[in-house]
Amino acid sequence: MTIRRIFIANRGEIACRIIRSCDALGVETVLGVSEADRHSLGTKLASRTVCLGPAPSAKSYLQLETVMQAAISTGCDAIHPGYGFLSERADLARMCEEEGILFIGPTASQIDAVGDKLRARTEAQAANVPVVPGGPVESREDAKILAEEVGLPLLVKAVGGGGGRGMKLVEKAEELHDIIDMASAEAGAAFGDSRIYLERYVAKGRHVEVQLLGDGKGHVIHCGERDCSVQRRYQKLIEESPAPHLPDDLRENMLAAACRFAARLDYRGAGTVEFLYDVDRREFYFLEMNARIQVEHPVTEEVTGIDLIAEQIAIANGEGLRFGQSDIRFTGHAMECRINAEDPEENFMPSPGIVQSVQWPAGEGIRVDTHIVNGAQIPPFYDSMIAKIVAHGPDRQTALARLRDALMQTHIEGVATNCRLQTEILADPAFIKGGVNTSFLAELLTERKEMA
Amino acid sequence: MSLNGKDVEEIMTLLEASHFDRLILEMDGLKLELARDGSKVRSSLPVPVSSTSTAPSPAPTPPVSSAGRGSEDGLVEVRSPLLGVFYRAPKPGEPPFIEVGDRVEEETVIGIIEVMKLMNSARAGVSGEVVEIVGTNGEMVEHGEVLVLVRPGG
Repeated sequence: MTIRRIFIANRGEIACRIIRSCDALGVETVLGVSEADRHSLGTKLASRTVCLGPAPSAKSYLQLETVMQAAISTGCDAIHPGYGFLSERADLARMCEEEGILFIGPTASQIDAVGDKLRARTEAQAANVPVVPGGPVESREDAKILAEEVGLPLLVKAVGGGGGRGMKLVEKAEELHDIIDMASAEAGAAFGDSRIYLERYVAKGRHVEVQLLGDGKGHVIHCGERDCSVQRRYQKLIEESPAPHLPDDLRENMLAAACRFAARLDYRGAGTVEFLYDVDRREFYFLEMNARIQVEHPVTEEVTGIDLIAEQIAIANGEGLRFGQSDIRFTGHAMECRINAEDPEENFMPSPGIVQSVQWPAGEGIRVDTHIVNGAQIPPFYDSMIAKIVAHGPDRQTALARLRDALMQTHIEGVATNCRLQTEILADPAFIKGGVNTSFLAELLTERKEMA
Repeated sequence: MSLNGKDVEEIMTLLEASHFDRLILEMDGLKLELARDGSKVRSSLPVPVSSTSTAPSPAPTPPVSSAGRGSEDGLVEVRSPLLGVFYRAPKPGEPPFIEVGDRVEEETVIGIIEVMKLMNSARAGVSGEVVEIVGTNGEMVEHGEVLVLVRPGG
């Protein structure tokens, strides 16, 4: 079967990004939009646009049956879910399997396998991939024994949580019982799943993740790693590849571990295994696997020259992996800044509205992934990310300098953005040195507040 | 990419099944113009074809800009409450819910919108006389697409 027409079940920059690869492949695109996105850039780039429903995501982009019906009725033979929205919904993948439409992503059972944190953890252990010391707890007694093994401080996490939600820090042994009871009750109320687990708290941790491609038959290759340690409340702001100052042996072990994890699942398509790198102990632990294309995929594309969306499509099309591990060449360094329509001076309040004028940067090694043009609307219903500015150079210093210049060239009128904050981060001595940990940005923001 | 006779035939079938009277297709220096025989040409409503479109057979129903049509004639546009497949009758072979000339009340069912085998009733939402049934039986309608034109009152 050959893919001729792809339904894009997403919006914003990633919809435009997917269309770009489809255009290059000569594949038609049908974009499903909400009422709020009827005039977005994607609608001008897609071969056809259909309106799925009203502006709120729950009534449009998250309506699985509507998306499926739209894909079938418009004669699409595949669905690309992008990231977020329906991208990691096993039921969409399953429905596609039933309806004979290709889901550009892993199988439903693979999404299930990595979607549940505890199950993913078990899968990691089975693949001999290190996990954060800890484990599930069902009783106070369990917790006490486990806490002694893991050591304090530790984290109590909700199985159904994620992105920093449903997490509590235990610093003293006597707090353990109360916090566990509270966490379990809260998890039940917030996620409909009261299961919790304990994990060692890593004081100085870096977020390093590995980009993978799998053919669905047990062959998995990696496209290097990305360091995404610059985060605010678990939201990534800057990503780069390769991860700076990572010991070579550790990097090799991490890349191999990620491949092992995915190969054991016969993983199909593009995916990312996230690790926590414990800087003091020089150890890394499996965090989770994201069964989708990620926001920060461009940094990998820049250093490898691979079009990850095109490879996703090729794999879905049954072409398997079109190159082997040894064919992948890593060139230089790439760094990405996420531009969000939010105001760092007003506690990162989202800033929806109309972009009166915008000037994106250009130049050697510069790439901008965005759906924002003059007059574009930023509706209040969705994520505030409006662009990714990516710089590539022969080395980290050059990439960083190019990214800084690119930010200086960027002018956005009409909405508040985090451009200035990003410029400040890029100028921070610790960031310039490279290898900051995940508490870096929180510390920088605190300092910044005190200075103001 | 070029058009062959079969493509043109296919496009004609699409036009036949659509509620459009005229179709102009321009691609790769070729211009194809089709018009329904004896049609009262609504020249303001050609099918918009994007010049960047790579579609060999353009998708049948791009969103119709029907703004103005309703207000001009004092007609009310009854729009689809959701995206799905539009059916004019409860079951194949049965008479349609409504025909042109019928009187509808706000609660009158004018058709069914099917979404993955789930049937949703579409209601008139206005009382008056059915002037035109715009939606095509068995075809997909978008959220907000016009299904029926009603002359309100009575």
